[in-house]
Amino acid sequence: MSKDRADRLAITALGLSGLLTGALLTLIVGHVLARGLPVIDAAFLLTAPERMGRAGGIFPSVVGTLAVTALAVAIATPLGVMTAVYLAEYTREGFFVRLCRFATAALAGIPSIIFGLFGFVLFVIRLGLGWSVLSGGLTLAIMILPIIIRTAEEAIRAVPRSWREISYALGGTRWQTVTRVVLPGALPGVLTGVMLGVARSVGETAAVILTAGTTLRLPRSPLDPVRTMAVHFFILAREGISMDQAYGTAAVLILLILGVNFVAYWLLGRITARRG
Amino acid sequence: MRDERPVEMLLGLVALSTTTALVLIAVFIFIEGVPVIARVGPAQFLLGRRWAPDAGSFGIFNMLAGTVWVTVGALCLGVPLGLACAIFLSEVAPRPLARMLKPALELLAAIPSVVYGFMGVVVLVPLVRTTLGGPGFSVLAASAVLAVMILPTITSITYDSLRAVPDSYREGSLALGAGRWQTIAMVLMPAARPGILAGVILGTGRALGETMAVLMVAGNALRAPTSPLDPVRTLTANIALEMGYAQGEHRQALLATGLVLFVVIMAANSVALALSSRRAGEGG
Repeated sequence: MSKDRADRLAITALGLSGLLTGALLTLIVGHVLARGLPVIDAAFLLTAPERMGRAGGIFPSVVGTLAVTALAVAIATPLGVMTAVYLAEYTREGFFVRLCRFATAALAGIPSIIFGLFGFVLFVIRLGLGWSVLSGGLTLAIMILPIIIRTAEEAIRAVPRSWREISYALGGTRWQTVTRVVLPGALPGVLTGVMLGVARSVGETAAVILTAGTTLRLPRSPLDPVRTMAVHFFILAREGISMDQAYGTAAVLILLILGVNFVAYWLLGRITARRG
Repeated sequence: MRDERPVEMLLGLVALSTTTALVLIAVFIFIEGVPVIARVGPAQFLLGRRWAPDAGSFGIFNMLAGTVWVTVGALCLGVPLGLACAIFLSEVAPRPLARMLKPALELLAAIPSVVYGFMGVVVLVPLVRTTLGGPGFSVLAASAVLAVMILPTITSITYDSLRAVPDSYREGSLALGAGRWQTIAMVLMPAARPGILAGVILGTGRALGETMAVLMVAGNALRAPTSPLDPVRTLTANIALEMGYAQGEHRQALLATGLVLFVVIMAANSVALALSSRRAGEGG
């Protein structure tokens, strides 16, 4: 086979695989939205389900999802940002930093079912929190911690060195420099990480089903069990309760996650623009 | 100037949060999982073919086999596609097209696994049933769904390691009269090999650990499969299916299953991390 023919063949094959990937995303999102959007209206989002979810809305699941996600982000964001500040501003490369980086990367590679098992054993059983918003939120917080650390650290490192030098030259201490110069500069990147954490929490099922439960009721306290939208969708689809309701719930999930991702990458784009 | 050492110490302590989390996860999964493995015997636990929680017999071999079948299938479908996609984005696609496809890939990673599972149920399972026979809920359906799910991992890591190969390699190869494909296959891929391998291993880890999507499409039969059209139950699906009602030793046996997964995935990911910390091109 001649060199040129090999090139043409290879490039066609490579192009097709790239196209296939783009097509997959379009098909999945398109299919879910086409079947699910007609189901969604204000009543679907804001009323309680009837007959186990065969009819009515998904309001308790919306609240459950928001509660669990908000708790996870509220716990993971300060921990993640402080870790990132320490790694980027306070230490040199060494054993400690390598240990932190390894743990962060390893944590990111652990499958969600393991987080679920861990959360079940520690929070649900040993600490006696039961299936609850609290157990679910704590479990998700650990799961999204690596995402927040990594994006925050990158954002902090992207803040120009000269900003820090100016702060020190004006007599600022290291802590003042971090809180008044570095963190404000890194804010869009930090928020990107938080948004990605939100998206991950909203879409998570395995870890949440084992820690937050499957109860389809409006939670009244952090110790009440909830059924998040992802879990509700799973149960609707798995038990064949209602295809329409399943598509509707899936469409809400997809829209929420895509929306949050767009915000995340828009923020990221703003940093890159500033740097470039 | 104020003494800032307390602040620094506090930050250092917080920085240990991921290490602490990792240790806690390992400790609790071990504490809960080891007793059953010790009672049944490690060999009997891993290679026993009878999983009958009510009768107190816990052998996970059939599910282990299920996990291996499904993961190998996912790699067979997902690795070639993922590599091709990464090469296309890095070496072939015009910049504007690459700039459109890259976010598409990240969004593919953001779609929840239940949605993948659901798409598998409504599209793939009927397709397998009508075209190839069998129940449709099968190794093949599960592998195909997983292949799509690990695509973003494999592609983005391969893409990054291809981008990290210095341009001088490309220019040198083309100057020697090599074609574009020859340059890709004989110069760039070997130079990016550690990174590519890391991506494939991380993708394998994802496939091994994926739960909800596999549970929805694999059929969950408690037999070791003999063909790609057979239904299977993976280790992860078994945990998710039975954890809701398991009590006592049954629950511990499920945690022991989690322990096996945890050990395998931690080992694989450590290798991947070691590989990806080597810079691409060093071995070239």
